Amino acid sequence: MKVISFIRVLFFFLYFLLIASPLSFAQEDLSQSWFNPHRVNMLIFLIFFFAIIIYFIDRAKKGKSLFIRRIAGLDAIEEAVGRATEMGKPVLFIPGIEDIDQIQTVAAMIILGNVAKMVAAYDTPLFVPICRPMVVPVAEERVKEGYASAGRPDAYNRDNVRYISDEQFAYAAGVQGIMLRDRPAANLMFGSFFAESLMLAETGFLTGAIQVAGTANIHQLPFFVVACDYTIIGEELFASSAYLSKEPKLLGSLKGSDLTKAIIIGILALGAILETLGITQFTRWFFIE
Amino acid sequence: MRREIPIAICFLAGIFYTLELFIPHRQVLSIFETVRQWAQILIAFAYVLAIANILRVNFHAIQKNQRDWPYKVVLIVSLFFMITLGIFFGGIGEGTIFDWVYYHAQYPLQSTMFALLAFFIASAAFRAFRIRTLEAALLAVTAVLVMIGRVPVGEELWNNFPDFTEWIMNVPQLAGKRAIMIGAALGAISTALKVLTGLERTYLGGE
Repeated sequence: MKVISFIRVLFFFLYFLLIASPLSFAQEDLSQSWFNPHRVNMLIFLIFFFAIIIYFIDRAKKGKSLFIRRIAGLDAIEEAVGRATEMGKPVLFIPGIEDIDQIQTVAAMIILGNVAKMVAAYDTPLFVPICRPMVVPVAEERVKEGYASAGRPDAYNRDNVRYISDEQFAYAAGVQGIMLRDRPAANLMFGSFFAESLMLAETGFLTGAIQVAGTANIHQLPFFVVACDYTIIGEELFASSAYLSKEPKLLGSLKGSDLTKAIIIGILALGAILETLGITQFTRWFFIE
Repeated sequence: MRREIPIAICFLAGIFYTLELFIPHRQVLSIFETVRQWAQILIAFAYVLAIANILRVNFHAIQKNQRDWPYKVVLIVSLFFMITLGIFFGGIGEGTIFDWVYYHAQYPLQSTMFALLAFFIASAAFRAFRIRTLEAALLAVTAVLVMIGRVPVGEELWNNFPDFTEWIMNVPQLAGKRAIMIGAALGAISTALKVLTGLERTYLGGE
C-alpha cells in the first residue's frame, strides 16, 4: 500500500510538472508584474512539500505511530551532560555564529532548551557564549525555561548566558578562553559554523571534553567529524526537536520530509535517465532564475 | 496571549517574506525593503541588550574577584574606549580614529587568530589520517590521491593525475555533498514550516 501511495504522489507531482510551462531565461522587466513566472516550479514544489507535511502531521494527530531511527549524536547529549555531572565540571553550549533569522540557529535554540532541562536536573552549570545580539534574549529565555521545566528556577544563573562578540575570530578567541579556563567536560556545538569550527572543536579536544557537534554547513562537517566524538549531519540537526520531544505532530513533519526526499531521489534518477537519452526539457524545468 | 501574539507575528512575517520570492512588483519590493530596515533598527536595539549583558557578566566577575578578573577590566575599558571614539571623535567612517584603531589593533588580532587555523588543520588531519578502520583507510588513500593530484609532482608522475583528482572531487565527493545539502534544505524548510504554523514553539520560551 505504501508503494502505491508513493507512486500516486509521484504521479500527482509529475502531472503538475507537465501542465506548467517550461522556463525561459530571457531577460525581461518584471517590475510591474504581480507574479514571477520563472518561479512557478518553486511555488509548486513548496505547495506540494507543505501539503505532504500537513498530511503527515494530520496522520500523526490521529494517533498513527511513526517510527524514527536512532540518532546517536542526539542520544549522546545526555551522556555528555551525565559525564560533566560526574566530573563536577560545566557544560558548554555553542549555538553557532549566525543570527536568529537563520534556521540553524533556531534549531540550536530548540536543542538548547532540552539541554538546559537536563543540566538543571543534574545541577550542572551551563555556559552559553553568544555571537549575535539578537540571539541573547532568546537563549536567556530558553535556558530559564529549561530550568523552570526541571523544577529548579532558582538554579538559573543569568551570567552564564554570555554575549562575547559578533566578530567571528574575537568570538572564537572568547570561547576558546572559556574552554581553557573553565575546562567544561562537555562541549555541545549546534548551529551554523564557519572557519571557527575547527578552532573550537580542536581546543575542546585538547581539553579532553566530550564533544557533540551538529551543523548543516557541509564545509565544516569534516572538521567536526575529525575533532568531535559525535557529529549530527545536516538534516539530523533539524530533526532534533522531533527526536528529543517525541511529539507526534513534530514526528509527522519528519515523515513528510522523508517522503519528499524519496520523491526527489526518484526525480533525480528520472532526470539522469532522460538527460542520458538527450531529453533536456524535464531537467530544465527545475532551473530557478 | 503571551504565546499567540508572537506566533501570529511570526506567521505573518514568514508568509510575507515567502511572497517576496514570487512577487517581483516594484511597489511590493519597496515594502519588503522598508520592513527589512525595521529589522535593522531592531538589531541595533539588540546591541544595547548585548552591551548590558557584557557589562553585567564582567562587573559581577570583577566584584567577586574571579580568576582572570583584570582581563575583564581591560574588556570593559576597551569597550567604552571604542564607543567614545565612535561617538565623540569623528564617527566610524574611513580615516577616523575609530577606523585607525580597528585596523591597527582588532584587524591584526583577527588575522592572527585566522592564521592559527593552519596549525589546527594540521593536528586534526594527523588524527583523521590514522588508519584504524576500513573507512579511515579509504579516507586517507583518497586524501593522498587528491593532494598529489593538485601539486605539480602529480602531473609528473602521471599525466592524467590532475583529471583523476578532479573526477574524485566532481563525482563521488560532490554527490555525497549534494545528498547532505538536499536533506538539510528539506529539514530547514520543514523546520521553517513548523515555526511559521506554531507547531514548533519551543524557541519562544516561557512555557
